[in-house]
Amino acid sequence: MNETLLQVSALTKHFPILAGFFSRPVAWVKAVDNVNFEVHRGETLGIVGESGCGKTTLVNVLLNLMKPTAGKVIFDSIDLYSCSKKELRELRQHLQIVFQDPFWSLNPRWLVKDIVAEPLNVHLKLKPDETIKRVEELLDMVGLPKDAVFKSPHEFSGGQRQRIAIARALALNPKLLVLDEPTSAIDIFSQAQILELLKDLKERLNLTYILISHDLSVVHHMSDKIMVMYLGEVVEYGAADDIFNRPAHPYTKALLNAIPDINTESLDEINELKGNVPSAVNPPAGCRFNTRCSEVMDFCAGKKPLASDIGSGHTASCHLL
Amino acid sequence: MKNYFEIENLKVDYKTYEGEKNVLDLEHFVLEKGKTFGLVGESGAGKSVLAQTILGILSRPPGIIKSGKILFDGEDLLSKSEKELRRIRGKRISMIFQDPMSTLNPVFTVGTQITRVIRQNQGVNKKEAFKRAVEKIELVKISDAADIMEAYPHELSGGQRQRIIIAIALSCDAELLIADEPTRNLDVTIQAGILKLIAKLQKELNVSVLFIANNLGLASATCDHLAMLHEGKIIEKGTTKEVLHNPRHPYTKAFIEAIPKDKNHKIHLEQIAKNNGTSLNSAGCPNINLCLETEEKCQEHIPMLKQFQGTHWVACHRVQENKEVNL
Amino acid sequence: MIHQAISWQTVAPRIKDLRETVYLLNRNKLTKAAILIIYALIFIAIFSPWLAPHPTHIMLDTNPQDKLLPPSTEYWFGTDELGRDIFSRVLYGTRISLQTGLLAVGISLLIGIPLGAIAGASEWYVDESIMRITDIFLSFPGLLMAIAIAAILGPSLQNAIFAISISWWPWYTRIVRGQAISLKERQFVKAAQAIGTPHLKIIFKHIIPNCVAPVIVQASMDIGGVILTIAALSFLGLGAQPPTPEWGLMIATSRTYFLSAWWYSFFPGMAILVTVLVFNLLGDGLREVLDPKTRKK
Repeated sequence: MNETLLQVSALTKHFPILAGFFSRPVAWVKAVDNVNFEVHRGETLGIVGESGCGKTTLVNVLLNLMKPTAGKVIFDSIDLYSCSKKELRELRQHLQIVFQDPFWSLNPRWLVKDIVAEPLNVHLKLKPDETIKRVEELLDMVGLPKDAVFKSPHEFSGGQRQRIAIARALALNPKLLVLDEPTSAIDIFSQAQILELLKDLKERLNLTYILISHDLSVVHHMSDKIMVMYLGEVVEYGAADDIFNRPAHPYTKALLNAIPDINTESLDEINELKGNVPSAVNPPAGCRFNTRCSEVMDFCAGKKPLASDIGSGHTASCHLL
Repeated sequence: MKNYFEIENLKVDYKTYEGEKNVLDLEHFVLEKGKTFGLVGESGAGKSVLAQTILGILSRPPGIIKSGKILFDGEDLLSKSEKELRRIRGKRISMIFQDPMSTLNPVFTVGTQITRVIRQNQGVNKKEAFKRAVEKIELVKISDAADIMEAYPHELSGGQRQRIIIAIALSCDAELLIADEPTRNLDVTIQAGILKLIAKLQKELNVSVLFIANNLGLASATCDHLAMLHEGKIIEKGTTKEVLHNPRHPYTKAFIEAIPKDKNHKIHLEQIAKNNGTSLNSAGCPNINLCLETEEKCQEHIPMLKQFQGTHWVACHRVQENKEVNL
Repeated sequence: MIHQAISWQTVAPRIKDLRETVYLLNRNKLTKAAILIIYALIFIAIFSPWLAPHPTHIMLDTNPQDKLLPPSTEYWFGTDELGRDIFSRVLYGTRISLQTGLLAVGISLLIGIPLGAIAGASEWYVDESIMRITDIFLSFPGLLMAIAIAAILGPSLQNAIFAISISWWPWYTRIVRGQAISLKERQFVKAAQAIGTPHLKIIFKHIIPNCVAPVIVQASMDIGGVILTIAALSFLGLGAQPPTPEWGLMIATSRTYFLSAWWYSFFPGMAILVTVLVFNLLGDGLREVLDPKTRKK
């Protein structure tokens, strides 16, 4: 249970902005900067952040859909970026992803059976009837009827399409499943069903999740550990309860403070952050949050804060600590 | 006392491939002056249809208004001509749309768009319109208003664009503001600012607000009164406190139950999981599959919205017979 | 693997799709009429030797005593300078025109689509290389290409088809490349990459099937364009050679007798007109149906 499945160190991704006749980089979009974290077997790590925090880029780099500018990712003792092509192919079976968009994450011209069977067809050489059997098994696991096999994605609702995507992701018995905003584009009832399904599957199949969402209630419902990102950097990391009940970083505090729930009686109880998210091309010097922080001090713009340990694995990067 | 804004027996259908489908069926709906009224429902429940029908911008076809009245300050909006509606739209009733990027024209500067609206609705000259535009931008708390006038929509952030939309909506001193999920595409930390802005402007300008949302937390923080819309019908309404803390209708209860809480909380929606929400039986109550115990009446008649307690109204047979409703 | 791929249950949804498309096409009266005429043309193309009243006049015989007769009950469209029944020859010409149209467009599609998909969905250097080659081919006007090829290989219908195909494919490559560029950002493509699906497989199984719609529209209109081009080439002596009853060739030969025998250029000309028109209408109808925005469900 405590075995480290994924270890991310100093992961950085900068995108060049090219200009001029020879397409020289004139500036860099610092999308992800020096991200460090670990995921243990059987855990759910929730990654929270708003627009511009680098979540999408992080996901792309973690799955090796893009090469990082710097940093290392070790998955199941294999170095993701310097392993052989064969090892990488092998690895892909164990590291799968469910995307946000229920419509476009499934090829609209394919049948459900081909969609769910794609991982099987790429990695294993199964006989046709074995494939169909496995597909039916997977559909059953996610609560879809057997006759779904010969249908097209457009015949299903958003929530059902996400189930198909989950079935596809589970086809090869992955160890780690990355869920990139899996319920952001579906209605609240489907969301509830999908979240409970994911919880159930995690127990049954001993899965490990990385759940990315901008919706804190979803993250709170599912995660053991939480990582808060702002403008490409990790600002706070720790056990879910610690983050929600004892947030240390001013950004985390602001985030929690901004969300109304059904017990919020008036707008005075919630607060916004001043200003806008700065551009990632020229992020603020020192602590990237200093331009909007309510507790900013003189030297915050001068020096970058390091991650301080607040106790029992709870860390935050802030000069106040 | 004449109600400021009242909807009576509004029925709107949509013409589809398979025939006509009813998308909105409101028996009675009242908005008080100077208050914020929330309309909560899932996507497709009919919220945008209602907003567009009120403004008279519903595309027909495929929309068909079968019956009803929308009384605004005593006059029926549905019986007005397009010319008369144009005078009301923008001037007296205004709308804040969901997606600022598609509402603002990307090829014109923000200033051009605001001044155009002001000139159209207030008939002033360019110079005066420019002055008023700057005032409105300052009103929505965007700094460097004069510079912003020269900016194009894509140069602004999401929050700024939404503020511009609000500025445009208020640029003609509308009395009734329809806010259709105004913070949907915005970051949570910006959201509070926009909501507070709308609330502040509402108080200062004594504007009535119809706030459309799909999130109960937002509705709770912003609205005095609340109505839950499901498949075109209002199934529960009352003060925000009544509806959210003493929900009576199974759909409202299910909606509240579906909100994820902490890790140890399991969302109990087995009934929904089994039946995927609503039944296809067009005769009875569409929510019949949500309830553990049902009556014969539930299979045969669609329940009407009836008073439960004071301002709290519910459309459910069992509730109307004072029986408990369990999911 | 093959039997799995073409089992009834996999094919049935595709057929249902096709029937739905045909139904939607038929909703537009104009498109429906065009489709019916196309059916008629195909019928004529297949059965012309049996439908023609004077089948031997098509390629073999000449009938000098009946030369240049106006339309009559025996010769519906009149006769040409060798006394051959123009009606029979125009009928047979349908086969030639349809075959060449479909063949030329078909070859162009076969070259153009994969190149466009590979260009749009691969690394920038692959994209650049393919697009430069495409630009080179685009810069040669089709007619010039045909003349050059005729000069090298000799004038014939086959060479004309060849010439048209190699000057036509770049248009499809352009269309498909544009589609592929936006498609490669779609999440189902990213999902396939995350699964580890090989790059070429992604291009052929994921990207190309989703690019096909605008190409089909363009291709159906191009059939008309190709028929016109073949006719023009034959007119110039670079395509079909006598005694082939190709419409363009017939019009070319009719030039000399233009003022005295109006029927000689009129009927082949009308045949070209009708054929090109119905394919254009089909293309319009297809565009309406395949564009998800205008397709009314």
